Amino acid sequence: MKRIVLGAVAAVFLAASVPAEQTPSAQTRAALQNRAVQNTAAYKAPRTPDGQPDLQGFWTNSTYTPLERPDGVTKVFYTPEEAEAAIKLAIQRESTQTEPGTTADVHYDFSQFGLDRSQSTFVRNLRTSLIVDPPNGKIPPLTEEGKRRTAQRAEAAKKLGGRWDSAESNQLDDRCLIMAGPGPPMMDAAYNSNYQIVQSPGVVMILTEMIHDVRIVTLDPSTGSPRAESRGDGRMLVDPKVRQWMGVSRGRWEGETLVVETTNFNGKNPFRGSDENLKVIERFTRLSDDTIEYKFTIDDPTMWTRPWSAESAMKKTVGPIFEHACHEGNFGLYNTLVGARLEEKRQAEEALKKGSK
Amino acid sequence: MRNRLLIGTTLALMVGWLLPVLTNVAAQAPASPAYRAPRTPDGKPNLNGIWQTMNTANWNIEAHPAGPSPARELGAAGAVPAGLGVVDGGEIPYLPAARKKQQENYANRLKLDPEIKCYLPGVPRATYQGMPFQIIQSTKHIMLIHEFAGAVRTIYMTDQTEAPADSWMGWSNGRWEGETLVVDTKGFNDLSWLDRAGNFHSDALHVVERFTPRSPETITYDVTIEDPKVFSRPWKMSMPLYKHVERNAQILEFRCVEFVEDLLYGHLRKQPAK
Repeated sequence: MKRIVLGAVAAVFLAASVPAEQTPSAQTRAALQNRAVQNTAAYKAPRTPDGQPDLQGFWTNSTYTPLERPDGVTKVFYTPEEAEAAIKLAIQRESTQTEPGTTADVHYDFSQFGLDRSQSTFVRNLRTSLIVDPPNGKIPPLTEEGKRRTAQRAEAAKKLGGRWDSAESNQLDDRCLIMAGPGPPMMDAAYNSNYQIVQSPGVVMILTEMIHDVRIVTLDPSTGSPRAESRGDGRMLVDPKVRQWMGVSRGRWEGETLVVETTNFNGKNPFRGSDENLKVIERFTRLSDDTIEYKFTIDDPTMWTRPWSAESAMKKTVGPIFEHACHEGNFGLYNTLVGARLEEKRQAEEALKKGSK
Repeated sequence: MRNRLLIGTTLALMVGWLLPVLTNVAAQAPASPAYRAPRTPDGKPNLNGIWQTMNTANWNIEAHPAGPSPARELGAAGAVPAGLGVVDGGEIPYLPAARKKQQENYANRLKLDPEIKCYLPGVPRATYQGMPFQIIQSTKHIMLIHEFAGAVRTIYMTDQTEAPADSWMGWSNGRWEGETLVVDTKGFNDLSWLDRAGNFHSDALHVVERFTPRSPETITYDVTIEDPKVFSRPWKMSMPLYKHVERNAQILEFRCVEFVEDLLYGHLRKQPAK
């Protein structure tokens, strides 16, 4: 329920977003070349008053490109026609309509009550997967320790009980704890994949629409913004005992590219199975007025046999971002728990009746 | 809006030297009118940094004696420290029915205080709730990032609009009046409180905050509260903000939702079969 309400609110503010084009125009073809990188090599981002490349504004990383290459696909890039077809298919799958008045019709319809991906700006990409390394587009195999931890985690989840046994056994997004957007790495969140970036001397702030999650990237004073307030190296160190859902992010400018390293994760929001030893390295490069190239590397030696990397982009979108107060209006969690307890009661009474007959 | 801004700016320039005196309330040492804050690269007074209040306003913005903990088990650790109050004139000018409601709120605070449920704290409570917040200042937007519940406010300095809908943290438009950042916030829901003593507001709340640098490491924070459904007249609060000077100071996560799930939903937990 909360999703419908929040989606509807978001719809009001994002209604002005650019709709996806249905046929690949010349412009779309150009946009499809996420490798437009080469063509815009000469682009130099505008500067903030303190001289940082300016990444500020409202952005979206909404995309239909899957993280891993789909089974059966062997090439790295689709042709523009194939990419369009894949997007169309994905849109169709997400927006399938049901017959009004039927039980099947009682469902979240994001094209009616919110904005699904196809109704707002999304990143077009010829890639068949966001993963660029390993070259097969798949997450590398788990280490032995990684397999052990994965099994351990599954066991712990089982002990917590079924999804509707308690709030704690439900999934993180239904509990309004954290969603897919903020990461890091920042991923398409299926809807409302919107971000606001604000820069100040020594700081890059990334606000994620979904549950108003903010990441404050502190820039290394020695390599950061030229006017970064110098507070010495002490600010760069964080005791490993400090563990956070979104980790602790530190940044530096390498020419036109903002490089952000994040550690100190608490491991409670695994990214594709990562644990608390995860280190995420992100690279943000503004390629044009309306595109930021977004690359990230996942390094978690306890889980995976090798680091792996992906590549996507953030597209300029329409602001402002409205408050996403998720927990405060989380009637969905409350109602599903109430419903589950009532259902148990009904079943128990039915069993009792049967037994007494 | 633009005209009003222009007039505001002009007035501010004309009486700029008077402002620190005008905004000062009796309880606070006057900011030196001579103090001029360092500038950001775009020439504005630099408020960047991590700030925190040092008072007991979150327990009660009105003056109050020390008292026992509302949760017995916490003993002295949860007890209420006394406070001299931050309300200009000492008392909040409630309408009679509203004062009664505040007293009911206080009596039922363990059940009703939105802070206990990890709800967004609202404004101005977020400022003096007791946890640090970071000001991130750019030309178009000034961000206030609060540690509590990750509450965040965007202050629109250029692309200003009316509040598109009601929210917990309201919709903030800002302007510079000389050394002072003036933030005008409307569009609140009626769900947040002003403190743990049940002081409250309605959805007609209008908050004007004035952030005036008074030394390199302090800001004078003046707030005007207007809410004709709850108060008989506008009233003011004032307190200093102190800057964190630790070399490694930073906003940490206080994602309190998981800390309150048992409190809010524990009674709906599946019971083992009998």
